[in-house]
Amino acid sequence: MTGAKVIAPIVLGVLMLALWEGIVRAVGIPPYILPGPILVAKTLVADWSTLEPSLLVTVRITLEALAAAVVIGGLLAILFSLSRWIELSLFPYAIILQVTPIVAIAPLIIVWADNVELSLLICAWLVAFFPILSNTILGLRSVDPNLLDLFQLYGAGRWRTLADLRLPAALPYFLGGLRISGGLALIGAVVAEFVAGTGGNASGLAWRILESGYQLKIPRMFAALVLISATGIVIFLLLSWLSHLLLRRWHESALVTER
Amino acid sequence: MRLVGVRGVSKVFANGVKALAGVSLDVQAGEFLSVLGPSGCGKSTLLRLIAGLAQPTTGTIDWSDEGGRGDLGFVFQEPTLMPWATALANVALPLKLRGIAKGEREARAAEALENVGLKGFERVWPRELSGGMKMRVSLARALVVQPRLLLMDEPFAALDEITRHRLNDDLLALWQRSGVTIVFVTHSVFESVFLSQRIVVMTARPGRVSAELAVTTPHPRSQAFRTSAEYAAWCRKASSRLGEAMAA
Repeated sequence: MTGAKVIAPIVLGVLMLALWEGIVRAVGIPPYILPGPILVAKTLVADWSTLEPSLLVTVRITLEALAAAVVIGGLLAILFSLSRWIELSLFPYAIILQVTPIVAIAPLIIVWADNVELSLLICAWLVAFFPILSNTILGLRSVDPNLLDLFQLYGAGRWRTLADLRLPAALPYFLGGLRISGGLALIGAVVAEFVAGTGGNASGLAWRILESGYQLKIPRMFAALVLISATGIVIFLLLSWLSHLLLRRWHESALVTER
Repeated sequence: MRLVGVRGVSKVFANGVKALAGVSLDVQAGEFLSVLGPSGCGKSTLLRLIAGLAQPTTGTIDWSDEGGRGDLGFVFQEPTLMPWATALANVALPLKLRGIAKGEREARAAEALENVGLKGFERVWPRELSGGMKMRVSLARALVVQPRLLLMDEPFAALDEITRHRLNDDLLALWQRSGVTIVFVTHSVFESVFLSQRIVVMTARPGRVSAELAVTTPHPRSQAFRTSAEYAAWCRKASSRLGEAMAA
């Protein structure tokens, strides 16, 4: 079964690429409308010197935003779980930040932040932090009330209860939020760069896409797209692997059994 | 000798529900006392009040010596284990919360596991254990602090009959060996008769003590007791007391 899980999508993918290449050649679609996959691959190699720095910029912003989302989202969740009042006062604002489309706030952030990279980072963070916050809050609250009684019975204080009971109970929820946030951080980084629309040395893959559009270098646009998708997939796989490592011994989600 | 006395205790919850109304009872040191009553009669609330996990609305809980409550053992309806910790770490939890060093608490936890028949299961995760074994871990965790009083809240209600009988036998053996006082809440007439020296029957909500029954058959009680005419007679008596309590 595990073999089929890997082979089936690969076979389908290769067939689709072959079909795509075949149609492009048979119909004679010009590359500035739709390049074939072989041309995209060639462009990826040929333009690597331009694309690689951009890839690094996008990956860096994504990872920084994700790290900030983990730290700030996680700490806020803990703070909320410790004080009902802080949660009641702050949580509505977290929701407002979450429901306001990033594309709408990005221009404002770009005006306010004095450098482009920082503004991109803020945008990506804004998109990424909410799933971590809301999932971790949910997890911190989903503690067995009997276990809470037990901690109280043996005189555990608030911090001890947090460290030994609430945090482990919240871990699966946090990791679920992290997987969502990983993808969102990338989306935030790319969208913000579209809005910022700035060029120069420190520009990411979104700028390469815009630039290729202006210059009608469609194969390069496709190559940049491939890199963005690949980045998203790698982030997802890494976070899934991390989640599996941390939960495999005890959590139902990592359980492999035959029934 | 009296260990703890419940004096005219009432409990009204914040939502207005009256759980207990004027409950008084004495728990004697070393006895096996069952609290028998219909579901929702406030039996669990009574245990939580004795444990100090909630405060009575009126009335008091009197501990016989100035040391007060001391260390208690509490066994819930569900095993209530931490899924992220091994059996050993689960049993060692009360000691950890009491600030006892790692070496000592692991040694004591291992001993407690052995006492409930789970030697060799120290490194096993809760999800790998059967329902009965989880309950044994829970029991070991309650006993690891060597409590004077063990409070049990319908602990075996969710288990199958064979497992429940075996756990009943083992619980009685542990009780006789350790000399711990047990207050055992149950809605099963059969279980309360088999286990206890004394049965306190409670009415439906709001819970009141309606009758007391001393089950004078001496311990140790064997498998033969379960099928004896004597056992059947006690069950009949306890059943009729429960019937009266529910009609009241």
